Amino acid sequence: MTTITLSAQNLCRNYGSHAAVREISLQLRRGEVLGLLGPNGAGKTTTMRMLTGNLAPSSGSIEICGVDLLDKPQEAKAHLGFLPEIPPLYQDMTVDEYLLFAARLHRVNKQAMPTVLNNVKQRCGLEDHGKYLIVTLSKGFQQRVGIAQAIIHNPDVVILDEPTVGLDPNQIREIRKLIRELGASSSVILSTHILSEVENVCDRVQILHKGCVMLDETLAGLQQRGTCLEDVFTQLTHNDGLGSLI
Amino acid sequence: MIITILRKELRVLFTSPLAWILLTLIQLVLTWIFLGLLDAFLQIQSQLLQIANPPGITEIIVTPVFSMAAIVLLMVTPLLSMRLLAEEQRNHTLTLLVSAPISMTDIVIGKFLSLIVFFFIIITLIILLGISLLLGGTLDFGLLLSSAIGLFLVAACFSALGLYISSLTGQPVIAAISAFGVSLGMWIIDLAANETNRWLHSISLLKHFERFNQGLIDTFSIAYFILFTTAFLVLTIRRLDGERLHG
Repeated sequence: MTTITLSAQNLCRNYGSHAAVREISLQLRRGEVLGLLGPNGAGKTTTMRMLTGNLAPSSGSIEICGVDLLDKPQEAKAHLGFLPEIPPLYQDMTVDEYLLFAARLHRVNKQAMPTVLNNVKQRCGLEDHGKYLIVTLSKGFQQRVGIAQAIIHNPDVVILDEPTVGLDPNQIREIRKLIRELGASSSVILSTHILSEVENVCDRVQILHKGCVMLDETLAGLQQRGTCLEDVFTQLTHNDGLGSLI
Repeated sequence: MIITILRKELRVLFTSPLAWILLTLIQLVLTWIFLGLLDAFLQIQSQLLQIANPPGITEIIVTPVFSMAAIVLLMVTPLLSMRLLAEEQRNHTLTLLVSAPISMTDIVIGKFLSLIVFFFIIITLIILLGISLLLGGTLDFGLLLSSAIGLFLVAACFSALGLYISSLTGQPVIAAISAFGVSLGMWIIDLAANETNRWLHSISLLKHFERFNQGLIDTFSIAYFILFTTAFLVLTIRRLDGERLHG
């Protein structure tokens, strides 16, 4: 259970002269849920886009299940599921059509397709929505379809960028339960602004600020030291523009 | 994997009314021209009989329909190609394709082939239009085939160009207008090539098509079409890869 599924070394990304991400290293074990925390513009989304092959890092290396993402992108991406900040949904497809397309894209076996589809709809609470057009669904259900798309092929690494944005409290609870379930069999990275979410579902937390890792600590370790996540967060990130005004 | 993209594109294309409206309109315009030419042929038929080696119905009716079809495709392709990549960028759905284990080349070729399939349907309908003349005469099948191949290659060129322009912007309408502008430019080159020097003839896309339309399958023209198509497909792939690198 301690195999490493994702490892990134010294990731850097520059936009022109601006360095969005500096020397970030990540390691994720199977069965671990990692929370990426940070204020706006800390580099969370950039990091996630690099980990999923949507953005090439300026320097550094990424390995997913032992396969180098930059050398063999297709092989590495087969182990990945990604939900971006804005769910990548085709509005005029039905939920079933869309999920089947996502499954085919991720090379799900043709015979297994109906089982996989039913399975993922059940996990995400979409059983009754298969025939609906995505455009007619509410924000919360669209978000669920986005999550379903990311986990349909049972990836070893699931990367979720702010998965609970725009959901009502009941849905948030269900999604958190789902993430914990996913964490049992795969590795999960999730980014969020909500501290309680991290305390609820994550095993480990990394706090990013201005493109650097300020803290990498297990939640158990934090509890042992008796420190509260919120205090740590404000301490590490308060020295930006807004913080100094207060 | 190309098939997966192709199937998805065709499904999206044919669930929207756009494809059906365009198919209807194109067929309507071309049939109207076809009937007009047929009418003209029937009027001059008696005079044609007095010439020693008269042109047949293929030359008088079918080839003009094909050259008109080339102009129609020039105007229609931007409407079909505009959403292929621009819409994916605007709706942020390109992320789904890029994060999946599939190469940029597969994505671009899949989308390109969806347009090719659509044009294949149009060209088949035009061929059927020509074949309907068998009811009252004989056809020059060699000429018909070479016109069809020419039109197919022209459609491939317009598709590749439209796809590339669609990759440059996140706004489908801007992609359509730009592709339309470039296509008009190529039409103007064709008109200008009527009077002036040979090099305009060599770069004019429609002039190359004209040779096919005369029943002349020229390797230079084939090479021109294939190079044109490949160049714009490669540019599209590079453009999408560049997005990843420079983002």
